[in-house]
Amino acid sequence: MGNITILEGINRALADAMEADEAVLILGEDVADPEDGGVLGVTRGLSTRFGDHRVRSTPIAEQAIVGAAIGVSLGGFKPVAEIMLMNFTTVAMDMIVNHAAKLRFMSGGQTNVPIVIRTMTGSGFANGGQHSDYLEAWFAHTAGIKVVAPSNPGDAYGLLRSAIDDPDPVIFIENLPTYFTKGEAPESGHRVPIGKASVVREGSDVTVIAYAKMVQEAAAAVEALASRGISAELIDLRSIAPWDRETVLASVKKTGRAIVVHEAVTPFGAGAEISSVIHENLFHALKAPVQRLGAAFCPVPFSRPLEAAFAPDAAAIEAAVAALLK
Amino acid sequence: MTNRTDPDATTLVAIYRRMALIKANDERSRKVIMTGRLVMPYYSPRGQEVIPSAVSANLRDSDYICTIYRGTHDMLAKGVPLKDLWAELAGRVTGTCKGKGGPMHITYPKSGVMVTTGIVGSSMPIANGLAWSSQLNGDGRVTVAYFGDGASNIGAFHEALNLASVWKLPVVFVCQNNEWGEHTAYEKATSAPRVADRAASYSMPGIRVDGNNVLETYAAAREAIERARDGAGPTLIEAMTYRFHGHIFGDTDAYMDPGRKQAAMAADPVPRFRAWLIEEGHAAEAELAAMEAAIDAEIDEAIDYALASDFPDVGELSRDVFAAEAA
Repeated sequence: MGNITILEGINRALADAMEADEAVLILGEDVADPEDGGVLGVTRGLSTRFGDHRVRSTPIAEQAIVGAAIGVSLGGFKPVAEIMLMNFTTVAMDMIVNHAAKLRFMSGGQTNVPIVIRTMTGSGFANGGQHSDYLEAWFAHTAGIKVVAPSNPGDAYGLLRSAIDDPDPVIFIENLPTYFTKGEAPESGHRVPIGKASVVREGSDVTVIAYAKMVQEAAAAVEALASRGISAELIDLRSIAPWDRETVLASVKKTGRAIVVHEAVTPFGAGAEISSVIHENLFHALKAPVQRLGAAFCPVPFSRPLEAAFAPDAAAIEAAVAALLK
Repeated sequence: MTNRTDPDATTLVAIYRRMALIKANDERSRKVIMTGRLVMPYYSPRGQEVIPSAVSANLRDSDYICTIYRGTHDMLAKGVPLKDLWAELAGRVTGTCKGKGGPMHITYPKSGVMVTTGIVGSSMPIANGLAWSSQLNGDGRVTVAYFGDGASNIGAFHEALNLASVWKLPVVFVCQNNEWGEHTAYEKATSAPRVADRAASYSMPGIRVDGNNVLETYAAAREAIERARDGAGPTLIEAMTYRFHGHIFGDTDAYMDPGRKQAAMAADPVPRFRAWLIEEGHAAEAELAAMEAAIDAEIDEAIDYALASDFPDVGELSRDVFAAEAA
């Protein structure tokens, strides 16, 4: 099968979905080929192949983009809207939170909004405070929206296909610094169910729960811990909303210890929710309180040493896990 | 005086029927709230009856509208049945949305009422998407986005008009300029003397009409809707009208100049058009009186039906959040 990058996995998923279903559309800033198929080329080739009526570059106008996606989905289509960077979703929050998330409920189930919002983010690229935030908790906190964040090419492909199939709005988070991470190419048509985590590595002493780029950092940490005689189980959550309680609780029940790692800031983050559910369900089985490891509670900084210290990395995860076992 | 766009008598009477229905429904809504039979936030459309009545005369059942919290007139003009509407206002399971949307969020796709938003300006970006679906399908459908003059100051208006123009979407933006954005007068909030002038920024026709004049509003809507249907792109219509009541039911409207308000109410477009229909021989007094009596009876029946209907089961809290019911 060979190896592909995450970026290629996303591009293939879009192409295969458009090939399989004429209702699938793409819209967003610079997404069509005359505009380079996206600033990083994620949608490159698609407008040439499927026509500029199905792959449309838009003005830089996020409310208009998400509004058009919502409306066209009410008209029977399945749009994939690209909001170039996750911070730009803030400009379209009314459309996402008040409309996409709520129309099914407020209409009593008469309408639904089967849209996907693809958006990239992540620190480590010197993009500073308005181009790098992880805002997944805002969306996970909103009833009616699903949130996924793949960490490898196969999951990127499979989750995006599932997101496009899904009858509800899905925020699909892409990590900019790991776009070119390689992994095994998925089979065409592969699906990763939304809400299903994967156990990346089995272990018996502690459970490390991560998603997106933090899975790669945690994998390195877990490897280092193994050489120190610590057996850590690594769970790639893949879906943040809904998240796979069953897999997480089964693992923590076995290990008795858990740490949740994410690139978003720690307070009120996804880690708080996951930690809380673990405590509620497994209090008596826990050998130590569940830990959270997130970014520093500040805007993403620019200067290299500051940015390097901002988000957790393999060394920080390794240290936090080791401390949990003391 | 007639011209090519003047509607025939049947169309004129049908427009009047919508207007009479909206007026009667508004008066009943206020009474029902006042007597405590029903508790809901209510944004009266009284005074604005002509606009959706004349616009809808040019729309097909399959055409879409997106409207706003002050929108019962738009919904009724597009054909939302009274019983379903009242049951929704009463929060009953027999309502358009099973009682889960309420007055600010009526949806009724069978009549093309796709979105009712409680957020100022948000009807427009979504209307664009519906229009895009029609453009892709080539089905000749038109989408009308209704909004108020206050909404022309919010970003969504500008983003939506720009995109509609760039993509030549089959959408008509109908601004109901009732001179008030909540409690603030038009001129204190709006830099442009006319909302219609803003269309020039988006290279689309911008037309201001007397929105209390049926023939003028009908003609402008007809031209804009035909233009959209023919693939010639969007139009902005600014229909001038006046809101007879405060922003929301219960507000004292002390901020509104009483003289201006009385003058507007004295020129009430509904009886004015009624008199004109009779004067011009388009309808007989008895015919209209019978129609109004039938409307009153229909509203009575709808209210009785609504108040006799069951409330939704609390199990509805976990339904329609997602396609699959939460465990």
